[in-house]
Amino acid sequence: MKPFTYQRAGDMSSAVATVAERPEASFLAGGTNLVDLMKMEVLTPELLVDVRHLVSHQIQDLPGGGLRIGAGVSNSELAADRRVRRGYPMLSQAILAGASYQLRNLATVGGNFLQRTRCMYFRDVTMPCNKREPGTGCSARDGQQRDLAILGASKLCVATHPSDMAVAMAALDAVVHTVGPAGERTVPVNRLYRSPSDGPERDTVLDRGELITAVEIPAAPIAARSRYRKVRDRASYAFALVSVAAAIEVGDGAVSGVRIALGGVAHRPWRATTAERELFGMPATEESFRAAAEAELAAAWPLPGNAFKVPLARNTVVGMLRALTEEAR
Amino acid sequence: MSGRGAVGAPLDRVEGHLKVRGAATYANEWPVENPAYLYPLLSTIASGRVTGVDASAATAEPGVLGVLTHLNAPKLAWPNDPEVAALQSGEVAFHGQFVGAVVAESIEIARYAAGLVTLEYEKRPVDVDMRADRDDLLKPQHAAIFGSQPGDLQDGSSADSAVGDFEAGMDSAIHTLDATYSTPIQHHHPLEPHTAIAVWTDDEITLYCSSQGVHLHRTLLANAFGIDASRIRVISPHVGGAFGSKVFPVTWATLAFMGAQLVPGRPVKFALTRQQMFTLVGHRPATIQRIRLGADADGRLVALGHDVVQETARAKQYAEQTVAASRLMYAAPHRRTTTRIATLDLPVPTIMRGPGEATGMFALESAMDEFAVSMGMDPIEFRVLNEPAVHPESGLPFSSRHLVTCLREGSRRFGWEHRAPATPARSENGWLIGTGVASSTYPSPRLPGNTATIRVGADGRHTVRIAAADIGTGTWTTLAQIAAEALDVAVEDVTLQIGDTDHPLASSAGFSSGINCWGTTIHAAAGELRAALNENGGAVPDEGLEVTTDIPDNPYIAQYAMYSFGAQFAEVRVHEDTGEVRVPRLLGVFDVGRVINPKTARSQLLGGMTQGLSMALHEAAAIDPRYGHVVNNDLGGYHFAANADVGSIEVHCLEERDPYVNPMGSKGAGEVCIVGTAAAIANAVCHATGIRVRDLPITLDKLLR
Amino acid sequence: MDQEITLRVDGKEHTLTVDTRTTLLDALRERLGITSAKKGCDHGQCGACTVLLDGRRANSCLVLAVANAGAEVVTAAGLADGDELHPMQRSFISHDAFQCGYCTPGQIVSAVAMLREAEAGWPSVVSEDLDADEVVLDHGEIAERMSGNLCRCAAYANIVPAIAEVARS
Repeated sequence: MKPFTYQRAGDMSSAVATVAERPEASFLAGGTNLVDLMKMEVLTPELLVDVRHLVSHQIQDLPGGGLRIGAGVSNSELAADRRVRRGYPMLSQAILAGASYQLRNLATVGGNFLQRTRCMYFRDVTMPCNKREPGTGCSARDGQQRDLAILGASKLCVATHPSDMAVAMAALDAVVHTVGPAGERTVPVNRLYRSPSDGPERDTVLDRGELITAVEIPAAPIAARSRYRKVRDRASYAFALVSVAAAIEVGDGAVSGVRIALGGVAHRPWRATTAERELFGMPATEESFRAAAEAELAAAWPLPGNAFKVPLARNTVVGMLRALTEEAR
Repeated sequence: MSGRGAVGAPLDRVEGHLKVRGAATYANEWPVENPAYLYPLLSTIASGRVTGVDASAATAEPGVLGVLTHLNAPKLAWPNDPEVAALQSGEVAFHGQFVGAVVAESIEIARYAAGLVTLEYEKRPVDVDMRADRDDLLKPQHAAIFGSQPGDLQDGSSADSAVGDFEAGMDSAIHTLDATYSTPIQHHHPLEPHTAIAVWTDDEITLYCSSQGVHLHRTLLANAFGIDASRIRVISPHVGGAFGSKVFPVTWATLAFMGAQLVPGRPVKFALTRQQMFTLVGHRPATIQRIRLGADADGRLVALGHDVVQETARAKQYAEQTVAASRLMYAAPHRRTTTRIATLDLPVPTIMRGPGEATGMFALESAMDEFAVSMGMDPIEFRVLNEPAVHPESGLPFSSRHLVTCLREGSRRFGWEHRAPATPARSENGWLIGTGVASSTYPSPRLPGNTATIRVGADGRHTVRIAAADIGTGTWTTLAQIAAEALDVAVEDVTLQIGDTDHPLASSAGFSSGINCWGTTIHAAAGELRAALNENGGAVPDEGLEVTTDIPDNPYIAQYAMYSFGAQFAEVRVHEDTGEVRVPRLLGVFDVGRVINPKTARSQLLGGMTQGLSMALHEAAAIDPRYGHVVNNDLGGYHFAANADVGSIEVHCLEERDPYVNPMGSKGAGEVCIVGTAAAIANAVCHATGIRVRDLPITLDKLLR
Repeated sequence: MDQEITLRVDGKEHTLTVDTRTTLLDALRERLGITSAKKGCDHGQCGACTVLLDGRRANSCLVLAVANAGAEVVTAAGLADGDELHPMQRSFISHDAFQCGYCTPGQIVSAVAMLREAEAGWPSVVSEDLDADEVVLDHGEIAERMSGNLCRCAAYANIVPAIAEVARS
């Protein structure tokens, strides 16, 4: 690790101002990803501003339904929260499918959104990587491709976003609240992540010094019967090859509401808007599910080493929707 | 417990109370005064040489005590073995090779300063292309360290063998099979990284070292540094796993020694990081294996061929006995085995649990299953039909061989008779379910270089000393049990001392030879001590009595083929949508002779089976051909089985005493359990899905429809 | 950049000076000589370094010591009461739930914390009923909840029954 100064921030505005002004500074919260990357010198901050004690650790009911989750809530606490387990089971399951209890006890909700990719070429400082060092090239694209993106990727970068939680948040239309040098603002999770073609070195639209303070999940009755399914190379404690967060409502045999988001396939949690559009009003049958999944994946741009993710994602989506509709019967 | 009941008792591990508190002292945990810390630099090219070194920034960093590279490292007396020597020239033979080191006041400073050293390289083209049709394949000449005669392979056997006329046998066959299997590079990854603390003074050099054999490591280091072995003491009472990676490689200790010479009088601590373990402590070599089988109309084998291509390193040749099991498992009048190696710009391979047999039996036992199915035969009946009366190549009788009993007993316990012969067998909630079987085998070698000392005091306590290792195998407990039985005293009256070169010579833990070698030596010493006591009228003299004995010769080695056997059964579930594989049940029945401690033996056997599961489903290094590096070089990228991957595992031992291998009646147990598991799982996957995966690991993409 | 901190480890208070870069794990092992928690991967990928950090299981390799000044840390050594082993430790011995023993302290700390989590009704990803009030710790639940602790000797088939026995009592 590069030597750094550790500062326990006194208040939010000075923390934000400090990180905004000093390019070598970084916020520290749970640290599970930051410390990991600092050890390998993938990240080399010279000042760590500890904000874990400053951000809210509360989960509050929103008037009119929904939840406001403080950015400092641990992943464990969020997954175990009764309101989440009842109202948004896909979110609880997504969190529980990620990492381990030990890590989830440390990791915060805010930090979970901002995890860096697990692309092994990004994590190896001796390899060219546009995300780590803009302009050096992408060594992953012609390298080991198993974990890489099939959707939304660019020639500049084919890395995937590793979060499970964010996939459920995307399906739930969650909105991130931030405070930055320019004040407070809100950013929908589905607009939080930047396309790699716009410069893969910046994962999100957040400005330097901008801190996630909370995330709000709107009321969504459809989410009460929802699920998260993670497909991976080991039964537990592994990142997703493909994951799916899904919820579906059926009235008179036709799809009256549906939410689908995919993980492990893109630089961001991939809200499957095409599939959702295709399904709406269609009969809730295996054929419709399959057609919708294929429509979503028509835009896939797989590499030889990750082409299997296309049928895998299709089958997982179909299987999830099938299971959810069978359950509802 | 009296001596008579000591062997065979399911005793708890004697060091268990230490391990559950974290109080067993592993190499990096010995308290030393004012240590300095070493952090290495690894090559970032796979082939070429270092042409420039700039250590000025590192040297200027506060707290840095020194920077080592090939330009200033001590010149070794034995510079050419890359598993022992380091920093002897600027040549780079693989990605992730030691090319330097920083010694500093703390871990944090050493690691950061290592990143400040800049190296310039002259690169050569990288060749890591593992193919069976390369035109530069070689017949191996591995310098055999073990084995009674020099041979081509690591176990001292020949690369090729032939009996009868293989091609004519194939031509005469009614049924034939010709299939090619492949296995990837796999890594040991004991949870304890390879670590050392070196304390180098004018009087004595002490090395706390994670080691499977303190004497072998001492000899290697003494040779490398050109010093008398008696000056070095290597201490390693507890080892946090090894699986073969702490037998031959020892460069981490070499660097610790070099670091200690740099800061005279100060202990130097060095622990490899998990990432560094991918290139510096060996790996199981990748293989490509062609199996050809021919059978008559009744399913009796008339020809058996096994042709292997293995990967090895340009830096040092390693060739293992992948073909070994095919030479002894099944009868066939016409047979051949061959071994060739592909020399690549990769790290040096080494022994890994079940070296040779683990990969070889994946191929042979998959092929046996495929062949049985293609002939419409039950896979167990097909194996039983081809059970040999004697070793098919040497003609020697087996010291004991109860493979058929293992298959039959396993079949009964597993419920094999309920197995649906057709595929898919059955389906449940979206999961296809199938079952499979495979045989297991592993030799019981006796290694030279073992001596035990037993001293009995006037108080009746017996102290048994031999520099054996406990790498999790239960040595602390089982050798005490063997000594107690041989001395006819209670286990509580035996004090065992192992893991220290101050104790008499012992072979390294490996090749399922520990109990056979160390136990036999202790048994012999106990006999001598009892004879000496008898001469003394049965009384212990006031000053005590001590005997020291070398391992006795075993005249039966030339007369019998000595192997453990087993049968492994697997139930798998394959998800219809995703191809995910789960293994809810494994069952193994083993013929490992008399069991010294059923509790620790069971753990070893089920641990091996679980590693076999891991080999089947998870483990593979991903090599990037452009750079020659291991891409997935951490435990997030290189998967081995986690708790959730493992379901029910049943282990049963036949308890048939072997009359010839050793006086205890035991055979090797540490490795037979990983041999065959992967094939049993692959066979079950095929039973469930109809898809034959011949290329490990069996990942979901290979089963996706 | 050095900073002075205090840590309470296994009931005993320590004041020490650490580099800001020092992880809690390295502070324990290299500064305080408390080696019960093990370094297996140093990246949160094996669980050997698991300790109770202010009552919850955590990977001590991924937290900075300076950021945890004043924390209460419990290692496997601190679970025992003098010579009296914790029931989980005794169960691991009687079930032979380890071989080399290197992952064991982390497994045991993790198991003790896991029982508390289950007691509190925390679900796992394999829980059939995510909203159940009571967690039934069957094989699948224990195995999933313990999957953040890798064991290369692969004692899993003994670890699960060892924990199940303590869970029952």
